[in-house]
Amino acid sequence: MNRIKELFEKKKNILSIYYTAGYPNISDTIEIAELLEKHGADMLEIGFPYSDPVADGPVIQASSKQSLDQGMTLKVLFEQLKDLRKHVKIPVLLMGYVNPVLQFGVENFCNACAEVGVDGCIVPDLPMVEYEEFYKGCFEEHNLSNVFLITPQTADERIHKIDGLTNGFIYLLSSSATTGKNLEVGDTTAQYFGRIKAMNLKNPTMIGFGISDRKTFDKACSYANGAIIGTAFVKAIENGNLEESVSNFMKEFKG
Amino acid sequence: MKYKVNEKGYYGDFGGAYIPEMLYPNVEELRQNYLKIIDDAGFQKEFHQLLKDYVGRPSPLYLAKRLSEKYGANIFLKREDLNHTGAHKINNTIGQILLAEKLGKKRIIAETGAGQHGVATATVCALRNLECVIYMGEVDIERQAPNVARMKMLGAKVVPASSGSKTLKDATNEAMRDWINNPVDTHYIIGSVVGPHPYPDMVAIFQSIISEETKKQLLEQTGSDQPDYVLACVGGGSNAMGMFYHFMDDENVKLVAVEAAGRGVSSGFSAATTYLGKEGVLHGSRSILMQTNDGQVVEPHSVSAGLDYPGIGPQHAHLFKTGRGQYVSITDEESLDAGLLLTQLEGIIPAIESAHALAHLGKMQFKGGENVVVCLSGRGDKDLDTYIKYFNL
Ligand SMILES: Cc1ncc(COP(=O)(O)O)c(C=O)c1O
Repeated sequence: MNRIKELFEKKKNILSIYYTAGYPNISDTIEIAELLEKHGADMLEIGFPYSDPVADGPVIQASSKQSLDQGMTLKVLFEQLKDLRKHVKIPVLLMGYVNPVLQFGVENFCNACAEVGVDGCIVPDLPMVEYEEFYKGCFEEHNLSNVFLITPQTADERIHKIDGLTNGFIYLLSSSATTGKNLEVGDTTAQYFGRIKAMNLKNPTMIGFGISDRKTFDKACSYANGAIIGTAFVKAIENGNLEESVSNFMKEFKG
Repeated sequence: MKYKVNEKGYYGDFGGAYIPEMLYPNVEELRQNYLKIIDDAGFQKEFHQLLKDYVGRPSPLYLAKRLSEKYGANIFLKREDLNHTGAHKINNTIGQILLAEKLGKKRIIAETGAGQHGVATATVCALRNLECVIYMGEVDIERQAPNVARMKMLGAKVVPASSGSKTLKDATNEAMRDWINNPVDTHYIIGSVVGPHPYPDMVAIFQSIISEETKKQLLEQTGSDQPDYVLACVGGGSNAMGMFYHFMDDENVKLVAVEAAGRGVSSGFSAATTYLGKEGVLHGSRSILMQTNDGQVVEPHSVSAGLDYPGIGPQHAHLFKTGRGQYVSITDEESLDAGLLLTQLEGIIPAIESAHALAHLGKMQFKGGENVVVCLSGRGDKDLDTYIKYFNL
């Protein structure tokens, strides 16, 4: 059974953490995963870096560049993740842009994900129609969930279509924005979250973009099955001792 | 029509709309409306009126006698350099600003390389009283200073793009990020035949005025509307697509697209996309781009800011792959020399971008008497610094 499904069945208020593979040091990928699990993360999104990440703000861009400069590639990443399942038990997704996947080969990519025990992917610039036509078969064959994003501007009809196509969770963007902004739940955002909740989708939802601390996390959890933190975590591990920065960052989410 | 876009937004294997969900509503709104708006008689009337009275169209088709003598063929120059603001870019910005108005947009953003598209965008924003923000790479801000000053004078805000190679590709990333963050009131005027569908088709339609006029002018001047060759430089490919558009289905007209080889195709400092690139996805469409084996975009190089781009539009990728177009490249030095040559033979200082197309004439074999049209996409005022430094003038 898929680890993502299992997690959503047994737990509420799920905390998922995004970080960029190979950052701050190229060899940190697995250690960060271990530390995050140890300190209470429920799910991980490991970013494979891309040179032109248009959906990301300056912090994730900079971490991607640093990782690439240090030699990160998809090949290196899958090598690093070879014994992933000896180190962590929680669900792991890979997140990145479509071009590196295309060059690696979709089939090879799915194979490699399945082999190391990755449970799903988030590829923001992969359009739904392309996914349906060229990727879905391969993803499903390898038991990989593909997660789609929706924004306050996404029409209901399209949300239903996405709900039908995906089998992990749906990624609710708090607003139309690049990563690294702050969550503000004004009336229109609350209305949008409420609208989604009322749609009774078959997939659980996670709120992302703008979640940075306990307060914004709790707020997001009141509207969805959990929330995703990216930029704030990447910023927190920029310098210093990894064990310390991860445990400090995760402290406020305990209990 | 076999080289035109299909109903799914593809040209053969290329095109599509590879965009994050945040951009989907904007791009979908455009896709559903662009043809309806453009085909409307009122729109056409206003568009053509502005092209005539404001841009100064039709641009002349000039038989360059001394250049023709030198190369042993009839060389016609399509004088896009004589357009208001000095390049072909204004054809597209006039079209898109009218379209943005019809969509009810209040704020315009654009990327720019050489600054020509930025100036052309700032110009139409001044004309129609719309807020204007231009993204431009830090490197380009430095090497195209006069255009930066023009944009500011026209009331645009110029925002430096400081990531990556700090050139056109990075300015495009920043513009896309802006659009993601301002999804409702903003229209993004992309400056070339790149980006997600319907941009490549929309920009090609607006630029197709170049070949529409050329056909009529050739018929008047030579008795035939079919030249043997048409040539144009390719950054993203908009002046070339405008020049090729109405000739694409005339299979006996050879289409020649000239890319920037930079310091040489094997030097590591080049922008010769079809030579160095592979199929992949950049800025929202599947096309050919310069990239590593891992799919990271390679930073290009060209002396001309307008050609300093690691990709080409999807329709060009299709013309290249099907063999309908011939794609060649010209180095920095060859282009600068060709720019000086045109200046001295014809009294026309071309943009360094356009000089790439001119330089290729010297590499072609003519029997004599062929009719050749070169798209002179822009004038060289913005490049004087580069010319002066190179030739020690
Ligand atoms: C004069 C001129 N020619 C050509 C180009 C290249 O663009 P495209 O390939 O879209 O025509 C530019 C771009 O700035 C330009 O300014």
